[in-house]
Amino acid sequence: MTVNAEQTTISVAPEDLMREVEGLQAGGYRLVQIGCTDIGGAYEVNYSFDRDYQYRNLRLTLGPDTEIPSISGIYWGAFVYENEMHDLFGIPVVGINIDFKGTFIKTAEKYPFSVTRRGGDQCRNA
Amino acid sequence: MPERIIVPFGPQHPVLPEPIHLDLVLEDETVVEAIPSIGYIHRGLERLIEKREFTEYVYVAERICGICSFMHALCYSQGIEEIMKIEVPDRARYLRTIWSETSRLHSHLLWLGLFADGMGFENLFMRSWRLRESVLDVLEDTSGGRVIQGTCKVGGVRRDIGAEKLAEMHRALDPFEEECRDLGDVFLNDETVKYRLQGLGVVGKDDAYALGAVGPTVRASGVAIDHRETGYAAYGDLGFKPVVETAGDCYARCAVRVKEVYASIDLIRRAIDQIPEGPLDVKVRGTPDGEYFSRVEQPRGEVIHYLRGNGTKHLTRARIRTPTLANIPILVKMLPNAQLADVPVVVLSIDPCISCTER
Repeated sequence: MTVNAEQTTISVAPEDLMREVEGLQAGGYRLVQIGCTDIGGAYEVNYSFDRDYQYRNLRLTLGPDTEIPSISGIYWGAFVYENEMHDLFGIPVVGINIDFKGTFIKTAEKYPFSVTRRGGDQCRNA
Repeated sequence: MPERIIVPFGPQHPVLPEPIHLDLVLEDETVVEAIPSIGYIHRGLERLIEKREFTEYVYVAERICGICSFMHALCYSQGIEEIMKIEVPDRARYLRTIWSETSRLHSHLLWLGLFADGMGFENLFMRSWRLRESVLDVLEDTSGGRVIQGTCKVGGVRRDIGAEKLAEMHRALDPFEEECRDLGDVFLNDETVKYRLQGLGVVGKDDAYALGAVGPTVRASGVAIDHRETGYAAYGDLGFKPVVETAGDCYARCAVRVKEVYASIDLIRRAIDQIPEGPLDVKVRGTPDGEYFSRVEQPRGEVIHYLRGNGTKHLTRARIRTPTLANIPILVKMLPNAQLADVPVVVLSIDPCISCTER
């Protein structure tokens, strides 16, 4: 049997993130990944979830200094993606269960993928 | 209460071919907490997408990892094909499946050898790798490359496997399966192996799912997630059922991989039986404009290539989530209560691929 795999993306405001994620967790979705995209002066953050191969994406669009809440209180394993997002893009994530404070991914250059933070300013978790 | 000490595990360790670091918090010899650290060899391959044309990036994608290189190329190519609505010819879909399953065989036999070495079972390690060598010979014979195959491309595959070669592969599968079953018999039934692995690093079904684990690691805890069920490449034609175990310990994770070796042999056999004649690729016209989360089942689990194009020949973003990164949280949960001497076996049981993780 072949399963029909679908993908949907919903834009959410940062203040609605926790409510949406709690809803997905209650609905039996697993966290697949959190990924960040530089869209020139701002970031898109994709929170991806899956249940029975149905792929749900919550999308935040953020300014460079916008703090986002950690979802590691809902999905314990989110810390790997949130630390990665912080270390590679400099996005401040508040309340990570295991916060490496900028040392999870050891890169010689700070935030190599970031346009908005390319000046090398310190992010808040550091 | 015993005094707590921290013992560093890695980044250089005899069981780790690649660097990952764990701070192990111990009470006497018992692990109470493990804190991971990665990034020693982060290569920034994702960013190369801005400098390579979308058709050329396949070469970069397959260099993310030296073990599942074909499947990285496949995942990337399928993502572009989905964005550009490219229909891949049937023969190419079957050839992709044959190379994918051959790569899985090579990866699982590599892991079985490393796992046996980690357990201290040296001749089992050598036996596993002797069998793996014959799989590498097939990869070299059919693609020209033992490590990087270079056969997958956007729109199809670069080379064919002729009827004579396919028949030769088919004939070789029976004796090869017999040898794999002899090998698997030791992993599954040997008393010393069972004694070493059963009850070690246990994670239950609900925890494994909630932690977002993937691949044989989650299937060993009773969760039947395997992306081959979605029918990409030729899996939809061949029919496929995931291999699942329920104990959630190191033995179950080993058993899933042993049985997946048998399943891969069966899939290759059926793919060779059913492969249709026809073209190998279609001409790619235009440039990708849109986004897609492409997903493929690698030997270590689900890999994701998020691809985004703006209608130019360069994509604006490639984000690659590899299975080992998804399996770090479950590894952190497996280690508490393990003895220090068991840590290498527990770490190996998720089949960590740091090369992938540090893409």
